[in-house]
Amino acid sequence: MVVFEKPKSLCDVPLHYCPGCTHGIIHRLVAEAIDELGIEGRTIGVAPVGCAVMAYNYFNCDMVEAAHGRAPAVATGIKRADPENIVFSYQGDGDLASIGTAETVHAATRNENITVIFVNNAIYGMTGGQMAPTTLPGQITQTSPYGRDVKHCGYPVKISEMLSQLEGPEYIERVAVNNVKNIRAAKKAIKKAFQNQVEGKGFSLIEVISSCPTNWGLSPEKALQWLEENMIPYYPLGVYKDRTAQKEAESK
Amino acid sequence: MSEKVLMKGNEAIAEAAILAGCRHYFGYPITPQTEIAAYMAKKMPKIGGCFLQAESEIAAINMVYGVAGAGKRVMTSSSSPGISLKSEGLSYLAGSDLPALVVNVQRGGPGLGGIQPSQSDYFQATKGGGHGDYKMIVLAPSSVQEMASLTVKGFDLADKYRMTAMILADGTTGQMMEPVNLSEVEVQHYDKPWAVTGTKMQREHNIINSLFLEPEELEKYNFARFERYKEVEENEVMVEEYLMDDAEICVVAFGIAARVSKNAINEARKKGIKVGLIRPITLWPFPKKTLLAAADKVKQFISVELNMGQMVEDIELATKCKKPVTLCNRTGGMIPSPQQVLAAIEEADKGGQA
Amino acid sequence: MMNQILIAGFGGQGVLFAGKFLANKGLIEDKQVSWLPSYGPEMRGGTANCSVIIGDEPVGSPIVNEPNTLVAMNLPSLKKYENSVVPGGLILVDSSLIAAKVERNDVRVCYVPATELAKNAGFATLANMILMGKLLKESDDMSFDDTEDALKKVIPARKMNLLDVNLQALKTGYDYNA
Repeated sequence: MVVFEKPKSLCDVPLHYCPGCTHGIIHRLVAEAIDELGIEGRTIGVAPVGCAVMAYNYFNCDMVEAAHGRAPAVATGIKRADPENIVFSYQGDGDLASIGTAETVHAATRNENITVIFVNNAIYGMTGGQMAPTTLPGQITQTSPYGRDVKHCGYPVKISEMLSQLEGPEYIERVAVNNVKNIRAAKKAIKKAFQNQVEGKGFSLIEVISSCPTNWGLSPEKALQWLEENMIPYYPLGVYKDRTAQKEAESK
Repeated sequence: MSEKVLMKGNEAIAEAAILAGCRHYFGYPITPQTEIAAYMAKKMPKIGGCFLQAESEIAAINMVYGVAGAGKRVMTSSSSPGISLKSEGLSYLAGSDLPALVVNVQRGGPGLGGIQPSQSDYFQATKGGGHGDYKMIVLAPSSVQEMASLTVKGFDLADKYRMTAMILADGTTGQMMEPVNLSEVEVQHYDKPWAVTGTKMQREHNIINSLFLEPEELEKYNFARFERYKEVEENEVMVEEYLMDDAEICVVAFGIAARVSKNAINEARKKGIKVGLIRPITLWPFPKKTLLAAADKVKQFISVELNMGQMVEDIELATKCKKPVTLCNRTGGMIPSPQQVLAAIEEADKGGQA
Repeated sequence: MMNQILIAGFGGQGVLFAGKFLANKGLIEDKQVSWLPSYGPEMRGGTANCSVIIGDEPVGSPIVNEPNTLVAMNLPSLKKYENSVVPGGLILVDSSLIAAKVERNDVRVCYVPATELAKNAGFATLANMILMGKLLKESDDMSFDDTEDALKKVIPARKMNLLDVNLQALKTGYDYNA
């Protein structure tokens, strides 16, 4: 009896991610959600520009590679072309919260019936560790070598908090993948985000607090510790918006 | 619609697109092409189509990218500054070999420019606009009827060659009304096995992508793309020749400039000047052969344009500089008058180079 | 024969509508036609004009630079375009709004108190159509036939109740003798 196997929605190919990178875990959670909902044959994923740029080679469903930041607009097109299909975008912090902020905000405010997986690791990984929109105050990166100076370049963008202020979106939750408990919660959130789309509820975004050992200059283990001690306090986990739950609570 | 009806050029584009099977339109308001969006907003919901006003030109072209990837006919429209914003998307469409129709109803530039008619995006349209080695099929209508027929043609060519077709019109042709007959629209259908429609668990997953980190692989794709472009150049050139049989002077003009030129040519003919017109209908592929053949017969070319002479160098290249090419132009939203073109023709006739 | 018509006035006077009526009239008469508006912010309250070409030959440039018929609905338009009219051409002037006289003597001029006629007849906003009526009368190659059909093409469905007053306005202009 097989008790553990690769999700069907992941291709059987080696991933290019650095050792200790949490993208692999998040890919798996997405693939498991697709498998469990039985939607692989009608799912289309949109890959970003950033570390996950080659996600199109990893997910076993139809995939589209978008220009930097434009994944929510591309996903909108795919979804509008065939609303029966399930469409998700998988984006990093530079992609979603910097160059693609407008596309993110407007897909959310339209309550576009898509699922967005937002991987926030507070740094630009692919280009070698530059300051991200989500880089913490004081955090050292290649382009904030003396630590992020908020007087000079402003504060980190808190996407979940921001989007939850909009009337439009159905579901916004922030999760982390630094330990088993959080990973299980992340899985639940991601599956719910897909389930919402299947049920036609609209825009769901799951912000996944993630680590980048390579560019943080830490061992995988230390990176997870740094995430817990620095990122989670700044980016508190939890459900930021759940319209269906809100409505149910109000009707009681 | 079997009879001729009066329609604005912009509306003719929109109606023709719908007749061509386009059910998805994304755009952002900008003068002088907003009638296209307004028409689509009114019509699409009634025929089960999708009109969506995007948050930006950039978002609009990427929504186009999404629908094109999903294998359906899709379009966006804008005017010059908006096309600059869309150029990123145009490059990605090319890199992923996706078919789409993009309309540019040009206005004066650079920068915010003005809102009056222009042809100053000739370079941008015919030489690419976005980054990378690529081409678009560029169609230049000069009547409202052509706004419609070239829109249908554009969708067909885009699907046939898996590339972007651009309607390069101008504010005048967009705003003017003329009789149009939309009854004879014939639409071609092309299979799109590459589209992302969901695997249905019946095939390998399709990938729409323009990223190739191995230079050999990227080069292979670029070579293959340019093989296709060669086919387009061989098969899809469209050009009108007007009074060229005995012409000694050849006016070259497209779009609204060609109409003004015809008036001038008719006047010049009354004065006994042997002048004709070559009107490129496809700006890319450019009618090189027609121009080269003309170069052996005429003594001079006059390029009439609503810009600073962007087409001149294409004429010189096509004719291998066999005969002089002069420029008769206005810019900034101004249109040459027939008198101005006539003066240029008369000057050429006297042997001067205007 | 190519009739090159320029209609000019303030935004809101129905300049573009009048032009569309003429173009449709021409189309019904199986003529070659084009209609080209001035466009942009100036349409919203400033000056507006439109070029209409009606004739037997295919229309070349749709821009009327040298009209053989000018319809001037305000003074600035008359001043701006008076000298562009071809010798022997026709200028229609709304004399209720334009006190000035045409200075040229090589053109035909019709002074029609269109705004006043419209007010008196109870359709104050239809001075434009009164002028169009007069234009049909003065035109060598257009008739009053099929006027209703042409109007039906340009009046939006939800405003079709205004068909009759538009017809009356055209008739008023057609029958007006200075």
